[in-house]
Amino acid sequence: MEVSKRSRAPTATLDPEAAAEKKRIVEAQKAYGRGDKIRTKSIKDKKLRANLKRLEHRYQNAALAAKDAEILLENTSGFLEPEGELERTYKVRQDEIAESVGVETAKKGFELKLNELGPYVAEYTRNGRDLLLAGRKGHIATVDWRDGKLGCETQLGETVRDAKWLHNSLHFAVAQKQHVYIYDHNGVEIHKLSKLVEVTGMEFLPYHFLLATVGNPGWLRYTDTSTGQQIFEAPTKLGPPTAFGQNPHNAIVHIGHSNGQVTLWSPNSSTPLVKLLTHRGPVRSLAMDREGRYMVSTGQDLKMSVWDIRTFKEVNKYFTRQPGQSIAISDRNLTAVGWGTQVSIWKGLFDKAIEDVDEQVKVQSPYMAWGGEGKRIERVRWCPFEDVLGVGHDAGFSSIIVPGAGEPNFDALEANPYENKKQRQEGEVKMLLNKIQPEMISLNPDFVGNLDQRSEAQRQNDRDLDAKPEDVVEKLKNRGRGKNSALRRYLRKRGQKNVIDERRLRLEAALKEQNHRENDKMKRQREEYGPALARFARKGG
Amino acid sequence: MKIKALTRSASSIQTPGSSVAHQPRNLDPALHPFERAREYTRALNATKLERMFAAPFVAQLGRGHVDGVYSIAKDPESLERFASGSGDGVAKVWDLGSREEIWQTKAHDNVVKGMAWTRDKQLLTCAADKTVKLYDPYNTPSDSAPTTTFFGSGAFTSISHHRHLPSFAVASSVISIYDTSRPSSAPSQTLQWPTTVDTITNCAFNQSETSIIVSAGTDRSLVLYDLRTSSPLHRTVLTLATNSLAWNPVEPFNFAAASEDHNVYLFDMRQMKRALNVLRDHVAAVMDVDFSPTGEELVTASYDRTIRLWNRDRGHSRDIYHTKRMQRVFACAWTPDNDFVLSGSDDGNVRLWRAQASKRQGVKTARQRQQLEYDEELRKRWGHMPEIRRISRHRHIPKNVKKAGEIKKEELMALRRREENERKHSKKGKVKRRAEREKMVLATEQ
Repeated sequence: MEVSKRSRAPTATLDPEAAAEKKRIVEAQKAYGRGDKIRTKSIKDKKLRANLKRLEHRYQNAALAAKDAEILLENTSGFLEPEGELERTYKVRQDEIAESVGVETAKKGFELKLNELGPYVAEYTRNGRDLLLAGRKGHIATVDWRDGKLGCETQLGETVRDAKWLHNSLHFAVAQKQHVYIYDHNGVEIHKLSKLVEVTGMEFLPYHFLLATVGNPGWLRYTDTSTGQQIFEAPTKLGPPTAFGQNPHNAIVHIGHSNGQVTLWSPNSSTPLVKLLTHRGPVRSLAMDREGRYMVSTGQDLKMSVWDIRTFKEVNKYFTRQPGQSIAISDRNLTAVGWGTQVSIWKGLFDKAIEDVDEQVKVQSPYMAWGGEGKRIERVRWCPFEDVLGVGHDAGFSSIIVPGAGEPNFDALEANPYENKKQRQEGEVKMLLNKIQPEMISLNPDFVGNLDQRSEAQRQNDRDLDAKPEDVVEKLKNRGRGKNSALRRYLRKRGQKNVIDERRLRLEAALKEQNHRENDKMKRQREEYGPALARFARKGG
Repeated sequence: MKIKALTRSASSIQTPGSSVAHQPRNLDPALHPFERAREYTRALNATKLERMFAAPFVAQLGRGHVDGVYSIAKDPESLERFASGSGDGVAKVWDLGSREEIWQTKAHDNVVKGMAWTRDKQLLTCAADKTVKLYDPYNTPSDSAPTTTFFGSGAFTSISHHRHLPSFAVASSVISIYDTSRPSSAPSQTLQWPTTVDTITNCAFNQSETSIIVSAGTDRSLVLYDLRTSSPLHRTVLTLATNSLAWNPVEPFNFAAASEDHNVYLFDMRQMKRALNVLRDHVAAVMDVDFSPTGEELVTASYDRTIRLWNRDRGHSRDIYHTKRMQRVFACAWTPDNDFVLSGSDDGNVRLWRAQASKRQGVKTARQRQQLEYDEELRKRWGHMPEIRRISRHRHIPKNVKKAGEIKKEELMALRRREENERKHSKKGKVKRRAEREKMVLATEQ
């Protein structure tokens, strides 16, 4: 084997079997690999090299095994494809879709007429099984929408601005007129978060058990829902926020402001991590894709802009006829935009494989469209693991079928749409055990476990951000002084005489002031001691 | 228009008539965000759980001895029997399953210095009264007379049995080889280094290279002998005397020497100029050492009232065991099932400890086992993280041991500083640095 390998010319083509194997490895690495390989050949240390080689081998095997396990995936995604040149996907209506899909699937498109207490915001749980509806005028309802079972329904008699599910379908938070309240699955109020005032936007970070809220006073607050502690608050200093969203990839929250800026926040920094100027007017809504690569936002300036949030560059800008009220990105990267009374669904606004933003293609027409029946859209949300888009509007709630939107294969250990009670309970315990500490929220979520390459001094400096830089002059001034002051000595020994810089000027001024003070003191002492003892008066001390 | 929307039938998720939930997986990284942070959290939890479950002490055996326990001997033919000898000359045999004494006798008038089991499950004891006695604890009642007594010319200090021949080596000022098949006879061989007359305090048969014996004497020497040529092979003089010797059961050339200078040295018998490794953590003389049956780990008993567990290729101990009542520990042994450690101390108790402080015996379900394996792998993978390392290394140490450790550290630093100063003020190259693994070797002779 070895001999035949060596006898091959270095430029010879690979034999087909080896080529296929190589291709398989490349594909597996692309889909399931975790970044570039370490070059082990150039490592001098024998032990380290062997260890890293073993690790790399393991990673490759893991990627290959994951690739091979694709054969076990049970479902394939939906699609909507024109058959002729004249057909357009955006002309397909919901009743046409309902005719051509199975009865079970057709049932997923439905309408709830609730025209008195709207407009409604709608939220799905992480597994897509339960739906939370919250009407502006205080109507709250939870529904197991697939079975059509009502969970709870209450009338709060107070303005409701937003509502969010917490980690599972047992609890949800509602931002009401004054405070945020937490309700359980029976609609019983169990907590009042009185520190959160006039909240307009909420996001729940499921892996961290954090409820991020932002309200009219412009403060961003994080509340740990497993302990009830408020862990972080910071003023945005940009007035009432106009849009709010989280990046599901790295748990960074994005706040849209009325000056067209989008700021990125983590609970570890009192200033925004990044500021983006996305619109020429208030940002109305924003959403991030699940892999945290792109952000789509809409603004009052009738634009929808797509941003690459790895490089913070704008990819494309689209025109909307009315300001987009709500936006959502599905698991398979369909973008739903609710504007006025219409919903447009875009496909291929961004392609994760393309690194260079200039190569992204501008899409000419939407993938699907819905609405225009006089229902003003309040919120659009994709149902996870289903080809379903939930639209909350002023006449209630509509569930529409969008083929090709949902992730076909769920992971039952992550979010299971078909979980039973036992699984839900066990999952809750596991989630709590694996709760990630807020310190691990960062723009790059994979920094955990990386080698800290800063020097010890640098690290110490970074640990204490409020520490002032050490002042040489002050330090010298505060030293216990003898006759020969430290300042004078420093100036004599170290203070290069020919360089007059700010520090030297300050040192000289300090020295002058010190001399002055000492002379004054001596004068006072002389007077105090009287003529006979005046000669014992001393400088310094 | 071609239209297809996602459909999943409920029966594909839950097979009708079955209670087993179907849990499909999808390994796409996009579905598993924060994988590193989550894995780190799991590793941290696993580490905390390990420390929470760490309860090394199992029990003390029976009612112990009246006097201190100075020797322990494992029965190579049995997993649950072993013998302990005490300062008042009493030898006891214990059953590990019931943790009870099953046999005892007053073997000698004073301290039982050494014990060994023969291959036919008989017990040999030796003491300073110049006798070696052979008992049959399995077939005779307690307090019965020895089946055979071997007489020698000097006070015996240590005894070791051959791997398969019916013969044993016993140390006084010479090493005498007796044959158990010829009762009450004179030694068949005597071995000694030609130029020394000092007492040999310890001897041990190699259990793999069965004709090799290593011995340690009060002259601080380690001597290797070969029975086939009936002559000593090699002598090494260390800085301080060696208290105990143990051959590695898996690596036939390597042995451990528990030294009076608080360290344990691992030697390769072919290369005695330097140690393979130096195990340093004890703050008083190491009194006894024993290898685990896998040859990967060691247990040591020390005069500082603690026992420590070591990995053979790490320089520092992986665990320290102590109790408030345990006095100077003079004997220790690793049980042949690799799960427990025994210690015999001055307070007369024989204690049973877990070899892995947080491990539990007993049957585990497949899920439990899988979880434990996963946790261990996690701890290994994330062990370098500061928080995890801090938690996994934290031990409660008796105040006096901690204080002694601090003082010792300071003293060693002072010595090193002095040496450096000497080096700094002498001609370059005159005062040479010596490797830590060579420092204690004063001389070697062939």
